[in-house]
Amino acid sequence: MTIQELNAKKAQFEDLVKVRRVIKEEGEKLAANTGYRKQVLVCGGTGCTSSSSLKVIEQLEKSFVENNIDDVLIVKTGCFGLCALGPIMIVYPEGAFYAQITPEHAKEVVEKHLVPGGDIVKEYLYEGTIHEDGSIIPFAETPFYKKQLRIALRNCGVIAAESLDEAIGAGDYQALAKVLSSMTPDDVINELLASGLRGRGGAGFPTGRKWAFAKASVSDVKYVCCNADEGDPGAFMDRSVLEGDPHCVIEAMTIAGYAIGAHQGYIYVRAEYPIAVNRLNIALAAAREAGLIGKNILGSGFDFELELRLGAGAFVCGEETALMTSIEGHRGEPRPRPPFPAVKGLFGKPTILNNVETWANINPIIMNGAEWFKSIGTEKSSGTKVFALGGKINNVGLVEVPMGTTLNEIVFEIGGGIPNGKKFKAAQTGGPSGGCIPADQGDVQMDFDNLAAIGSMMGSGGLIVLDEDTCMVDIAKFYLEFTADESCGKCTPCRIGTRRLLDILEKITKGNGEPEDLEKISDIANHMRTSSLCALGQTAPNPILSTMQHYMNEYKAHIYDKSCPAGVCKSLLNFHIEEDKCKGCTLCARQCPVGAISGTVKQPHVIDTAKCIKCGACIAKCKFGAIVKK
Amino acid sequence: MTQIPFKGTPEQELELKAFIEKEKNEPGCLMPVLQEAQRIYGYLPIEVQQMVAGGLGVTLAEVYGVATFYSQFTLSPKGKHKISVCLGTACYVKGSDKILAELEKRLGISAGGITPDGNFSIDTCRCVGACGLAPVVVIDEDVYGKLTPDMVDDMLSHYMD
Repeated sequence: MTIQELNAKKAQFEDLVKVRRVIKEEGEKLAANTGYRKQVLVCGGTGCTSSSSLKVIEQLEKSFVENNIDDVLIVKTGCFGLCALGPIMIVYPEGAFYAQITPEHAKEVVEKHLVPGGDIVKEYLYEGTIHEDGSIIPFAETPFYKKQLRIALRNCGVIAAESLDEAIGAGDYQALAKVLSSMTPDDVINELLASGLRGRGGAGFPTGRKWAFAKASVSDVKYVCCNADEGDPGAFMDRSVLEGDPHCVIEAMTIAGYAIGAHQGYIYVRAEYPIAVNRLNIALAAAREAGLIGKNILGSGFDFELELRLGAGAFVCGEETALMTSIEGHRGEPRPRPPFPAVKGLFGKPTILNNVETWANINPIIMNGAEWFKSIGTEKSSGTKVFALGGKINNVGLVEVPMGTTLNEIVFEIGGGIPNGKKFKAAQTGGPSGGCIPADQGDVQMDFDNLAAIGSMMGSGGLIVLDEDTCMVDIAKFYLEFTADESCGKCTPCRIGTRRLLDILEKITKGNGEPEDLEKISDIANHMRTSSLCALGQTAPNPILSTMQHYMNEYKAHIYDKSCPAGVCKSLLNFHIEEDKCKGCTLCARQCPVGAISGTVKQPHVIDTAKCIKCGACIAKCKFGAIVKK
Repeated sequence: MTQIPFKGTPEQELELKAFIEKEKNEPGCLMPVLQEAQRIYGYLPIEVQQMVAGGLGVTLAEVYGVATFYSQFTLSPKGKHKISVCLGTACYVKGSDKILAELEKRLGISAGGITPDGNFSIDTCRCVGACGLAPVVVIDEDVYGKLTPDMVDDMLSHYMD
């Protein structure tokens, strides 16, 4: 493919994609150029596929045949972001946003809406898109989407994820064409340096500097790697980019190859992401076939080849040197730095490694310029950040906001607040390497430096919302279980430190904590921070230190009062029946597996705490809310 | 290590050897070869590790080291139906530990184990990325979301022989 052919392809598919980005009236005009009266977009990301969105597509195809519809296009996209409402289906040009759609709903939508002259089936629309007077609000205007700015996710949920034509129509490979035809490698690196782009994988190292180091290293062979080993539990940003717009990563890695003088790249992706792996394979084959990777790319004389490598479930492989050791086929253990990968990386050659979200920002920076990118976000953290919102929050999903957006805006405006009227307690960011932001610091502007200043970290962007029912000691224990399990064992501070910290937390949550345990924690944590080989061990104490910083009262309650204020740590709880609420229905007594509940019919029952094993079966069955944990 | 006798077939061995032959000159090929071996046999018993070591010309210690490092590789066979309980953070705060406890109680095995009839095995995993459906359990290819402990029986009933 030449640049002219690329541009011709873009012109051919541009309007088809643009219908999905503009307001209804403009979309209707554009639709006339596309040959399709309407387009139905169905999310084919992991979240929606797990709730049977593929069956919705099958039903649409069947109903189209039954109703003789041949001028409506079905598009299987990546993630729309609002995973809580999946499966999601959007109809353009009207932008009707159908939520939690079943195959039966889809059939009805075809018969009532998608047939010529049909009308939107309002009862299946996402309720946030309907005004009280029954008129429809464009979904881009709903609270979930309004504050978002989609740069990395620009094509996710917009294009057919398995189509190179649509990716080109949406602007993918335009930056590659621009770089190869009109920029020197130094121009590319200078543009990145000026943009202030920082690595989105966790540490926030300036991407341009990383590239400049690798370019300056003299070697006949260099490598470009993509870290798609998104191991942080509760984070799924990178997966969504790969599922929704795999070509943007391929394009950006090729640009990096040109900038540093590499001709080979590897994408290291989690095997636990079968959809992403499949779409990457499809995208790589299509790009190779079209000459967008391989020999003489776009007629420029530049060669670049890309290969996929599957991870096998080791969190430590998210660390750059461990990832490279794993690509080399060994146990994924980290190596001491220096030498840094830009000097001596994969197979001992200069290598750059960026994570998926970082790659997804390259095309817009090249196309719109460093100044534009710098104008978004905060002074030291330019651009946007994608967060995976999870835990106790209404709008679970994927959001992309300018750096500097406050935590409260994300949790309450975009996220729709906490379910069941519970109180917001804290947000956990940065996963097992990060920390908690307490609710009273909800006005913190989220960027790399502000989060570090309050004892948390940006991390890759997992944002888990915790409500008042969460015990912070238990959460710290959860993360230490994770890091103790995932510590690779190569260096002693991490291998033994994580184990010892976990032992102490288990002791505290079982009610055996002693005052000096808190000192021991600080002591071990300091040693781990300063002497672990890689970031896994250096940051593993963070979940404890940050919860101790903000919730020392809970630690003290566990240690001194032997009580768990949130009612989570079983060993510290007793089950108790409130006399005035108990109707004596006997349901709990029949349910109890150890016969700890006694009482006569229609009289309040009692629990023998010596016999009780605290399994919670009685609470689940009680219809009167009479059983409490104290 | 498993006590269950190895029951590999000559066809499986041929398939593995063909793959090794194709890959053995690629740098870093040990992981892809082990992934393929596990796809063919379902697990990586010592007999299979020996075949890989011999085919690639590396030591058995190297193969064993890699096979035991990554959680995806398993040295003992899995059940006919593989149950995977997500213990990622989003699932954990929504009570996936209680789902796991219920599964363990119903099947009488712990995470990492296999039922005596070989029908089920339970494992825990770190995050399947379907956090919108938390808590999540994956059985074979089927994803079950927004689970409560009392839904476990019904879920298992689809896989009972």
